[in-house]
Amino acid sequence: MNKEYLMGNGAIALGALKAGVKVCAGYPGTPSSEIIENIVKYKSPEVYAEWSVNEKAALEVAAAAAYSGARTLVTMKQVGLNVASDPLMSLAYVGVKGGMVVVVADDPGPISSQTEQDTRVFAEYARIPVFDPSSPEEAFEMIQQAFDCSEKYHTPVIFRPTTRVCHAYASVEFDGAEPRPYEGFVKDSKKWVIFPRLSFMNHEMIEKRNPEIAEDFSDSALNFARGSGKKAVFASGVSYAYAKEFLKNREDVVLAKISTPHPFPEKFALSVLENVEEALCFEELSPYIEQNLLKIAGKHHLPVKIFGKTTGNGKLSGENSADIAEEIIGEFLGEKRAEKRDFSDMPKLPVRPPVLCAGCPHRASFYAVKTAMSGKKAIFCGDIGCYTLGNAMPLDMTDTCLCMGAGITMAQGFARVEKDTTCFAFVGDSTFFASGMTGVVNAVYNRANMILCVLDNSTTAMTGHQPHPGTGKNLMDDITSRVDLTKVLEGIGVAKIVTVNPLNLDEAVKAVKECAALDGVKAIIFKSPCIAVEKSAKKMRVDESCVMCETCINEIGCPALSAGNAGISIDATLCTGCGLCAQICPVNAIKPVGGDTNG
Amino acid sequence: MDKSILLCGVGGQGTVLASKLIAAAFMQAGEVVHSAETIGMAQRGGSVTSHVRIGENAFSPLIPSKTADLILAFEPAEAVRNLPLLKENGAVIANSVPVKPVNDMSYNGAEAVDYLKRRVKNAIIVDAEELCREFGSSKFFNIAILGVACGAKKLGLSREQILGEIEKRVPKKYLEQNIAAFQKGEQIGESYAAE
Repeated sequence: MNKEYLMGNGAIALGALKAGVKVCAGYPGTPSSEIIENIVKYKSPEVYAEWSVNEKAALEVAAAAAYSGARTLVTMKQVGLNVASDPLMSLAYVGVKGGMVVVVADDPGPISSQTEQDTRVFAEYARIPVFDPSSPEEAFEMIQQAFDCSEKYHTPVIFRPTTRVCHAYASVEFDGAEPRPYEGFVKDSKKWVIFPRLSFMNHEMIEKRNPEIAEDFSDSALNFARGSGKKAVFASGVSYAYAKEFLKNREDVVLAKISTPHPFPEKFALSVLENVEEALCFEELSPYIEQNLLKIAGKHHLPVKIFGKTTGNGKLSGENSADIAEEIIGEFLGEKRAEKRDFSDMPKLPVRPPVLCAGCPHRASFYAVKTAMSGKKAIFCGDIGCYTLGNAMPLDMTDTCLCMGAGITMAQGFARVEKDTTCFAFVGDSTFFASGMTGVVNAVYNRANMILCVLDNSTTAMTGHQPHPGTGKNLMDDITSRVDLTKVLEGIGVAKIVTVNPLNLDEAVKAVKECAALDGVKAIIFKSPCIAVEKSAKKMRVDESCVMCETCINEIGCPALSAGNAGISIDATLCTGCGLCAQICPVNAIKPVGGDTNG
Repeated sequence: MDKSILLCGVGGQGTVLASKLIAAAFMQAGEVVHSAETIGMAQRGGSVTSHVRIGENAFSPLIPSKTADLILAFEPAEAVRNLPLLKENGAVIANSVPVKPVNDMSYNGAEAVDYLKRRVKNAIIVDAEELCREFGSSKFFNIAILGVACGAKKLGLSREQILGEIEKRVPKKYLEQNIAAFQKGEQIGESYAAE
C-alpha cells in the first residue's frame, strides 16, 4: 500500500477517488480548495475534473452526470453553498441515480470567511443527509460511506468538514482507483423534470424516507459512545477530537460521537440519554446537536438535563479548541481548572492584520484610484479576494464588502442615493467571471453611473492560484479558449473600457480621471500579473538622498518598506521591484537595483 | 514517543516547509504524525503557526496549552505570542530579527527578546540575518533553525534523519546552500548545548 501524508482535503479527494468518482467539479474557496487540486494530482485519466465558473455551475454539472448514474463530487466553501442552493434545493426533490457527494467546508472562527453559517442546519433545511468528519483519516473512510448512502437513497448528500479537518495533515493509504461503471442517462420526464406534481409527491417520499435514514444512521458504527457514568458529552466534527483529547484517560464519562447530524440518529442518542442524568453538547457554530437532544428529551419525557450553547455552556461564536474543551467539559464535570501560567507581564505584541503582498499590483491600482479621486466624493465597493485587503491602512480603499460579485451592483445602488459621488466597484478577474458579469448587465440595462475596476492579475490568488476562464487554462487542458474580459464588457455594452498597467502610476491615474469625468458605465481593467505567480528578480533600493519623510511608508503600506534608526530600508527578500514607491518618492531617492524598472 | 512541536512566524517566512520536513522525518522513523497549518488570509503577512504532533495520543490537530515540547519561532514577537502553548520546561528557539507590521514601525522586537530570555530557561536566540548572510537571503532560515534544534538536541531527530528529508524535498538547485545553512545552524545549536 502507498502511504500518503496529506492534508484533510487530500484525504477527502482520495476517499472520493477510492469510491469510484467519475466527475468532480468545484469552485475555489478556503478551506475547501485543495480537494479538487488533489483529485487532479491522484486521479486516473478516466476521471473528469473542473474548476467551474461558480458553485452553482459545479453542482449542476455534477447533477447531470449523477442522473446518468456516474458517481460525482462537488466541492465548495460554506458560503459557496448559498450560491449553489438553488440547484441543490431542487435536486433534493428530484434525486440522483449515481452517488453524489457535495463537500461543503465550514469555517468556524471564521478564519477566512464572511459568515459562521452551519451547513448541518442547511442539510436539515434541504432535507438531505450530512456527514461530519472529525479528522483526515476519518474523512477518507467516511466520504466512501457518504457515496454509498447517496446511491442507496437516491439523494445528494452533504459532506461537511471544517477548517481544522481540511487543513490538518495525516497519513492515508491509497493505491489508485478507477471510476465505477455507470448505466448512462435513461430518459424519463416524470422523474427528471421538476414540476409541482413531482415536488408534491417527492416531498412526501422524502419525509417518509428520512426517518429510515435516521434509523440506518443509529445502527451505523459512525455514531457511537464510549465510557459510562451519569454524565455524557455529545460532540461532532473536530470538537469530538478536542473532547477525546481532554477525556482520553476517563472511563467515567460517556463520550458520544454524532457523525451524521441529519437525519439525526435519534435512536442512538436516546440510548445514551436514557442512561445519564446530564448531557453536554460540545459543538461549533449552531447549537445543532443541543436542539436535537432537547427535542428527543421532550418527546420521550426524559428527566435528563441538556447543556450547551443555549445554557451558556459553550461559545456562541468562533471555533472550539483543546483549551476550550478543557474549560467547558471540565466545568461540566465539576473539575477545578488547572492553574494557568501567568503571562500578564507579556510585552505589547504587534497586531498583524493580513496585508497585500509587497509588489502586489492591487496596491498600485488602489493607490491610482485614491490619487485620482483625492478631494472628491467617492465610494469604493470592494469584493471577495486578496483585494479585500485594500481596506487596510494606509490605503483605506474598501468601503464595503458583502459577498461574491456584490460590489458591482452595490456601486449602482449607492449612485441612486448618493449625490455628486463617484461610485467605484473593485472586482478580481476570477470573481468577475464567477458572479460579476450579471451585475454589469444590470448596470448597462438600468443606465447606472459607475466605474468598474477589474483587478486582473490572471489568477485566483487568495485561494492558491487556480486557473479561471480568463486564463486560457483549465484543469484538463493546458490550453483552452480564453474568455476575453474586454470583449465580454464590449458585448454587454460598456461604452468606455480602458486597460492600464497599474504599476505605471501616471497612466493609471489619468485613466481614472478620464473615466470619472464621463457619465454611464465605465470600466478600467488594471492588468498586471500576481507577483506570487510571475516571480520578479527586480529589486529597489533607497539611496543617500532619502530625507526620511516616510511618504513611501505612510502612503502605500508596502510590507517590504520599513523605517528604523538607520533610515528607510527595503527588505530585499520581499521586494519585487514594482517601483510604486519610487514613483511617489518626492526626492527621487528610490532607485532600481542595477537598472530600469516599471514606470 | 509523544511530542509536540510548534513552528510560528509571519506569513511567507517558510514555516510550512520546515514543519513538513519535521513531520516526514518522524514518519520515516516509524512514528504516527499529525500536523496542522495556517492557510488562507493569514498567509498574507499575518501571524502563522504550524503544529506538529507526534504519537498515537494526539487527537486535537492543534497543540493544547502548556503541552508543546519545543517552539521554533521565526520572529521574536510570535515566539512570545505562542508561549502559553509551551510546556513547563519546554524549549524555545527564536529568531531575534523582527518583522515590522506596516502599521507599527515602533515595534523592534527587543522587548520580545528580553521577555523570552526572562521567561524561558535556556531560550536559544539566533540572529537570522547574521546566520544567513553568507547565503544571500534569510529565506534559508527555515532550514537553519532545524539545524539549531538538531544541534541543541531539542528536535528528537538525528542529523541524518532530518538531512535525509531535506535532500528529498528541497529543490536540487538550492540543496547545497540549504545543507550549508543547516550545518551552520547545527554549530550554533551545539555550542548552546555545550554551555
